[in-house]
Amino acid sequence: MTMLKWLVVTLFAGLCAAPLQAEDSIAEIFTALPKASFSQKAELMAQIAATESDQALDILQAIYDGNLYYIKADKRVGYAASSPEGFVLSDVFSGESLGEYGKRKVKKITINNSLRRDLSQLIAGFKLRAEEPSLRIQAARDMVNSPSTDLLPLIDQALKVEAVASVREVLEVARAATLLADRGADKQEIIAALGVLAEATDTNAINLVSRYTLKDRDGNYLEQDSDLVAAAEQALDSLNGRQSFYTLVQNLFFGVSLGSVLLLTAVGLAITFGVMGVINMAHGEMIMIGAYATYTVQLLMPNMIGMSILVAIPVAFLVSGLTGVLVERLIIRHLYGRPLETLLATFGLSLVLQQLVRTIYSPLNRSVITPEWMSGSWAVNGMLSLTYNRLYIIIFSFLVLLALIALMKKTSFGLQMRAVTMNRKMASSMGIKTGWVDALTFGLGSGIAGIAGVALSQLTNVGPNLGQAYIIDSFMVVVFGGVGNLFGTLFAAMSLGLANKFMEPMVGAVLAKILMLVFIILFIQKWPRGLFAIKGRFVED
Amino acid sequence: MTSTVPLTKGGPLIVQLLREKSTSRFLMTLAALAILMPVLNLAVPQDSMFHVSTYTLTLLGKYLSYAMLALAVDLIWGYCGILSLGHGAFFALGGYAMGMYLMRQVGDRGVYGDPLLPDFMVFLNWSELPWFWLGFDQFWFAALMILLVPGTLAFAFGWLAFRSRVTGVYLSIITQALTYALMLAFFRNEMGFGGNNGLTDFKDILGFDLQSDATRNTLFVVTAVLLALAYVFCRWITTSKFGRVLVAVRDAESRTRFMGYRVEHYKLFVFVVSAVIAGIAGALYVPQVGIINPGEFSPINSIEIIIWVAIGGRGTLYGAVIGAFIVNYAKTYFTAAFPELWLFLLGGLFVVTTLYLPKGIKGLMDRLPVLRKTTLTEGA
Repeated sequence: MTMLKWLVVTLFAGLCAAPLQAEDSIAEIFTALPKASFSQKAELMAQIAATESDQALDILQAIYDGNLYYIKADKRVGYAASSPEGFVLSDVFSGESLGEYGKRKVKKITINNSLRRDLSQLIAGFKLRAEEPSLRIQAARDMVNSPSTDLLPLIDQALKVEAVASVREVLEVARAATLLADRGADKQEIIAALGVLAEATDTNAINLVSRYTLKDRDGNYLEQDSDLVAAAEQALDSLNGRQSFYTLVQNLFFGVSLGSVLLLTAVGLAITFGVMGVINMAHGEMIMIGAYATYTVQLLMPNMIGMSILVAIPVAFLVSGLTGVLVERLIIRHLYGRPLETLLATFGLSLVLQQLVRTIYSPLNRSVITPEWMSGSWAVNGMLSLTYNRLYIIIFSFLVLLALIALMKKTSFGLQMRAVTMNRKMASSMGIKTGWVDALTFGLGSGIAGIAGVALSQLTNVGPNLGQAYIIDSFMVVVFGGVGNLFGTLFAAMSLGLANKFMEPMVGAVLAKILMLVFIILFIQKWPRGLFAIKGRFVED
Repeated sequence: MTSTVPLTKGGPLIVQLLREKSTSRFLMTLAALAILMPVLNLAVPQDSMFHVSTYTLTLLGKYLSYAMLALAVDLIWGYCGILSLGHGAFFALGGYAMGMYLMRQVGDRGVYGDPLLPDFMVFLNWSELPWFWLGFDQFWFAALMILLVPGTLAFAFGWLAFRSRVTGVYLSIITQALTYALMLAFFRNEMGFGGNNGLTDFKDILGFDLQSDATRNTLFVVTAVLLALAYVFCRWITTSKFGRVLVAVRDAESRTRFMGYRVEHYKLFVFVVSAVIAGIAGALYVPQVGIINPGEFSPINSIEIIIWVAIGGRGTLYGAVIGAFIVNYAKTYFTAAFPELWLFLLGGLFVVTTLYLPKGIKGLMDRLPVLRKTTLTEGA
């Protein structure tokens, strides 16, 4: 413990060191590091930490991970990355390469177990003093997940100076977790800690608390003290309740996310089917074209990955949309009034498009890089984290839906489209060029499929069979929701997505899907025109 | 589009049918094939240029079972307007029923040598045979299941769908959902049908070695005979008064209903018949090909059947058979010689047929002046 106190004191003493001085002093420490014994290393590392410079954390982490090496010949120190020849070393401050060396020319800065413990404390201490509150929360949360009694003084220290409430909360939990991990803590402290943990939002808190509620074979508690058991049981109840709530939220999120993907893939289909009575079997391939458009845009602007996805949205819309218009003019136009034949022709088209892509891009899957702002996840608390890409796709799909609704309700094209959906012959008599509306509608539906392709490229690999995986699901959404009704499609997509995700943990993914299909087959029997059948004057054919 | 021309001469319907030119011509061709091929395979020496290899024979046998499947689809699509995108499911179910019989026949000759359990069950550490595998060691039971399983499924599905008047594109989509759901189910190991790998490594059928030339020839002839029977049966259905109602349903369903016909009964009957024929076709397919796996349930397979029928000419029965032969021969040829061209060709066939050849090859033949004369007399 004395060693630790000394470390803490040195750390805080170093707070006021200037950055430039820091660089010099680290460089000085580096000259000593290669030759140092383990006990000397401990002191040197404490000195590195004491500089409080930006690099110090990285350096300590690198030592901890075993990535800091020195060159045997001139004793220079740098980060190592393995290469075919051995290792490439790079300078700690400038990032410049120090050259490539064979495995025998360099040596790792080695540490032993006691050093590793010291290091983890130093690193944790560093993270606890980070500028960003979110980083401090992360550091405290890590301590909850792997509590260690050695960190207690650090946490107490941090609690003294911490001003942000949300950070304090997690720190308190971390302190409680640490106390529970310490076998020597006294009873009152443990009961207080259990009380704190009961309010925690970390999965590990459950593990920590449940240690006190373990039972032997006869059903008696292993813990002798009944007060502790009672407190632990109470805490466990509260924690389990909270966890099941967050699991529900998580499932809800996954369900809405799946629903929004279904919405994106199906909404275009719903429009074309509603207006033209045509099931476009090549719809999946329009999605695929959109995904490949994303991939191509990314190839064209390799230095602006973050931007490329935004550029890809209009590009995919245009490419898929124009393909759609072309298909309508060349094929579908000739098959009016024969919906089943259209289904066959578009299926043939889908085969051709798949093979075309296979020939142009190769049959292998391509992966689209996820831009930085879309990767990672948002940790709401220790029990709930939401991935950014899914979050963005949910928002995006709703924006697309809103844009479509605006187009349908506010523009004259939308008016014409709705008129043709309701009664084609009457619309034609009123002077609407139904052929023109058809072509544009088909283009619009295909274009939206292209946009769906952009979104899908962020979730899965881009391959020639991408569309096929979604086409049947899209059909299900359309027939379930009813034709030509955007709200029907929204409702169907969301309910199918949610139902699927809620069934998955219970019966498994495949069985959940089978059950959904069976449900839809039965559903159609009762409501052959879907949930929200459009009202209009239909002549039954 | 169809040749439901009333038969003129008297006598029982079956006799009239055989007198019909297209039917007799079809049966003659099939008979010639069934006699000639085994002779060329067994009697002609291997180095002769007229020798037909067992490979080719088996391939033709496979086409024959496909032709039967096409016949089943044409019966409902060509004559009753039901576009089923899930007929592969009935084919595969018949195939699985046969596969289960063949699997039980393997006995203790499997890799693990278990006298009762098929290899894949031993592999999955199952200790006893699931109940639905019981009885499949008897051929009569398997044969019954080949008819009953597809038939029952078709009955249940059709009874629900036709009664609630699910028609057109909606029906097509739910049939597709049906086969898709079955595919997913059969891919699961827990289902007890061999999962991903399906059923394979068969040894013999009714005690005869499946690999021997004699068995293969017999299977070929049996397939041809059953195809002939199925054809006559379908032709009989379609030329009867019942068949006339079917066509009426196809062309104007509501009107037929208003005239007092129970449309859903007609549709249900023909749907079940078609499913049973498809099941038999699957059962004939499996011993010749030697494997059945969940891939047969894939929606693409079912759509491919539609193109066989469309290319041959729907609503003619023999057109479906011709279409099955042509497309499958092309598939065999192209997937070997120009694998990347095959999908272009198949896709192109779909588009061109629907756009320019709504009556398929049969329609094309009718339009050619040289052939017109014969078809006219045929129709008369």
